[in-house]
Amino acid sequence: MIRASFMTFVLGAGIMLCGPVHAALSVFTCEPEWASLAEELGGKKVSARSATHGRQDPHYIQARPSLIASVRRADLVICTGAQLEIGWLPALLGKANNPDVLPGKDGMFEASSFVRKLEVPDRVDRSQGDVHVQGNPHIQMDPRNIRTVAVRLAERLSRVDPENADFYADRLQTFLARWDESVAGWEERAKALDGKRVVAHHKSFPYLEAWLGLNEVATLEPLPGIPPTSSHLAELLEMLGTDGSGADLIIHEAYQNPRPSEWLSGKTGIPAVLLPTTVGGSDEATDLFSLFDDMIDRLLRAVQ
Amino acid sequence: MKCLLQSVLLACVAMTGTSTFAAEPQPNDVQVLREELNELRNEYETRIADLERRLNVAEQSAREANNAAELAQNEAREAKEEAASSALSAPASRASGVSVAPDNSFNPAIGVIFQGQAWAYGEDPESYAVPGFPLGGEAGPVPEGFSLAETELNISANVDDKFTAWLTLPVVYEDGEAAVEIEEAWVETLALPAGLSLRLGRSYSNIGYLNNQHSHSWDFTDQPLPYQAFLGGQYLDDGLQLRWLAPTPVYLELSGELVRGDRYPAGGAVNSGVGAYTLSARSGGDVGISHSWLAGFSWLHAEAEGRESGDEDDPLGFDGETDLYIASFVWKWAPYGNWRERNFKLQAEYLWRDEDGDYALPDGFAAPWRVSQRGWYVQAVFQPFPQWRFGARIDQLETDLPSAHWVDTPLFPGSGDPKRYSMMVDWSNSEFSRLRFQYNRDESAAYDDDQFGLQYIHSIGAHGAHTF
Repeated sequence: MIRASFMTFVLGAGIMLCGPVHAALSVFTCEPEWASLAEELGGKKVSARSATHGRQDPHYIQARPSLIASVRRADLVICTGAQLEIGWLPALLGKANNPDVLPGKDGMFEASSFVRKLEVPDRVDRSQGDVHVQGNPHIQMDPRNIRTVAVRLAERLSRVDPENADFYADRLQTFLARWDESVAGWEERAKALDGKRVVAHHKSFPYLEAWLGLNEVATLEPLPGIPPTSSHLAELLEMLGTDGSGADLIIHEAYQNPRPSEWLSGKTGIPAVLLPTTVGGSDEATDLFSLFDDMIDRLLRAVQ
Repeated sequence: MKCLLQSVLLACVAMTGTSTFAAEPQPNDVQVLREELNELRNEYETRIADLERRLNVAEQSAREANNAAELAQNEAREAKEEAASSALSAPASRASGVSVAPDNSFNPAIGVIFQGQAWAYGEDPESYAVPGFPLGGEAGPVPEGFSLAETELNISANVDDKFTAWLTLPVVYEDGEAAVEIEEAWVETLALPAGLSLRLGRSYSNIGYLNNQHSHSWDFTDQPLPYQAFLGGQYLDDGLQLRWLAPTPVYLELSGELVRGDRYPAGGAVNSGVGAYTLSARSGGDVGISHSWLAGFSWLHAEAEGRESGDEDDPLGFDGETDLYIASFVWKWAPYGNWRERNFKLQAEYLWRDEDGDYALPDGFAAPWRVSQRGWYVQAVFQPFPQWRFGARIDQLETDLPSAHWVDTPLFPGSGDPKRYSMMVDWSNSEFSRLRFQYNRDESAAYDDDQFGLQYIHSIGAHGAHTF
C-alpha cells in the first residue's frame, strides 16, 4: 500500500516535471530580434524568451541563474553567434546540462553563420580592441539578413518540431511576402540617406550602413569595446569641426551611455540619434517591422 | 564531356553518311546525294549546335550547383568553427594569421592569466597566525614586497560529443623554485539526460559561492578569513561531482561530491581514499530587469588523519571529523541589466564548522578536540561607471573556547574575535586587464596591522565566460 502510494507519488512528480506533452516549442534566444522572428514563424506553436532586452548590451550580461534555468528547459536556442555572446553564453550552456542545445546540435541555431559577415579582420590581436574573429556580429541591422535567417530558421523549426513543419513553411511564406514588401518600402523612403556620413558609438551599424549607403567616418569608442575617452572625443571634435562639417549624423545604441554622443553633438551641431538596434530598443520598435520603420523614421527626422 | 558528345555525334553522322553512300552509290545521283548530305549536315549541325547550347546550360547549372555546394560547405565549416569556438569556453586568440585555419578550431582553447602583486606590511607576514585557528592548505597572507602570484595556464576543449575537459596548470614560485601544479584537471559529461552532469577528476569543490572561483575573478586579492581558516583558502580535491539542474522556471541546482580527502580541511585520504563528501543546493532568480540573486547552502563532511596546519615547519596534527556548513547569498544590481555601464554586487557567506577528534602539538602532546567555530564575511563592490570599481569587505571569525589544556597553544583564541576591514579600488582597461589597489586593516593576528597592496591581473588567449 505504502509502496503503491509512493509509486503514484513518483509518477505524479514525474508527470509534473515533464509538463504537458503538447506544450509549445520552448525557444530561448540570446537577442530579442530572434525571439520576434521565432514568433513570426512559429506563432502560437512556439514560446520564446530572450536573454537580453532591447535596452541591454548583448555583449555584456551576467550568466544569471534565471537564464540557466531557461536554457535547461529550451528545445531550441537561437543566438547571433560570431562571438557576440562569448562572455556569457558558454557559461549558460556549461551550467544548464541540456545536451540538445549544445553547439553543433539541431537545438542550437546561430543566425550569423548563415549570412555573409562584414569586417572580418585580417589580423586578430586584442590591441585592436574587442574584435570578433568571425566578423562583425550585428547582422540584424540589415533586413536582407533577417530574410536569409528567416528561411534557415523556418527550416530549423521544422527539423526540431517536425510535426508542425507545414505550419512553419506556411508562416514563412506569409512572413517573406510581408517582409519583401516592407524592405522595398524602407529602401524607397531611405533614398535621402544615401551617402550620409555618420559617427557611430560602437561598431554596431556596418550592416545598416551597407544597406542604406551610409558612410561611417568615425566611432566614439577609440577601439571596439573600449568606452569613449575624453582624449578620443577631443580628437573627434577636431576632425568633425565645431561647424559640424565632418559628418551628418551621430548614432548610438539604446544601451550605450548617450552622454558622449550628446556632448559631441552639442559641440559640433551634428544631430545625435538614438537608434534601436533590436526589438524593444525604442518604444516604437515592438516587432521586426516596426523596428526598421522606427530606425528609418529616426534617421530621416535627423537629416531633415 | 562536350568533346565526347561531339565525337559521338560526328561518328553518327559519318556512319549515316557511309551507309547512305553504301546503299546507293550511283553517279547520276551524286548531285542529289550531295544535296541530301548537305541537308543532313545542316540538320546535324543545327542539332549539334542545339546540343552544345543545352550542354552549356547544363554545365552552367552544374557550376552553379557546385558553387551552391561550396557555399553550403563554407557555411557548414563556418557553423562548425562557430560551434567549436562557442563551446564551453572562449576560443583561443588565434595566431594573427590572415584567416582561421580550419584545423585550428578543433585545438584546445588556451589562455594564460598573469597575476602579480606588491604588498607592504607593518608587521612581518611570515609570522602571521590567527590565534585559535591554525591555518592549513594555501591559507595565509600574500608575500611581502613584489611577488608573482599564480601564473595560470588554462586549456580546455570538448573531448568528443559526450565529454568536455578542462585543465588549469598554475605555475607558482615558492621558496626559490618554480613549480607546475595541477590545480584543476577534470572531464565532464555533455550528454547525460534529465539535467544531470558528472564531473570526474580534480576540481574546486562546488560548495559555497567563492570556493569554485579562480583567483583572477576574486574581487579582492585575498580570500576572506573564514575561507582561509576553514577551507585552507579554497577546497579542491580529486573525485567525482554529480550535478542536477531541476527543470523548473526557478533555478534550482543540487550537487554532491565524493572526493579523496587529501587536502585541508580533510587530510590523509582516509576510508581507502574516499575521505570527504559534500552536498550543495542553490537557487536564484531575477527581481525585475535590474536585480538578480543567488543563494546557496552547502555541507562538507571530511575525515582527517594527520592533517597538518599552523606553522609549516612545526605543524599541528589533527585526526578526526570535520563538518562545515556554508550559507551564501549574492545580490547583483545593474540598471536595465547593463552590467558594464554600472553595477553593484553584495555578497555574504556564513560558515560554521564542528570538529571532533584529537589535536597533536609538535611537541607530541595530544588531547581530544571538540570545538565549534564560525566565520562570516560581507563584501560589496560598486562600479559607478565603466572601468572603475570600488569595494569594501568585513570578515570575522568566532570560536568556542576549547578546553583548558589548549591554553598558550596556537589552538587557543586571543582576547578578541579575529577580524579585518578591507577596501579596494580597481581599474580595468578591458575585460582582459585589471589593476587593483587594496588596503586591509588586519585585526586577525595577535597584533593589529595596516596593509597595502597593488595587484595586476591580465589574461591572454581564451578566457572562459564567467559564471554569476
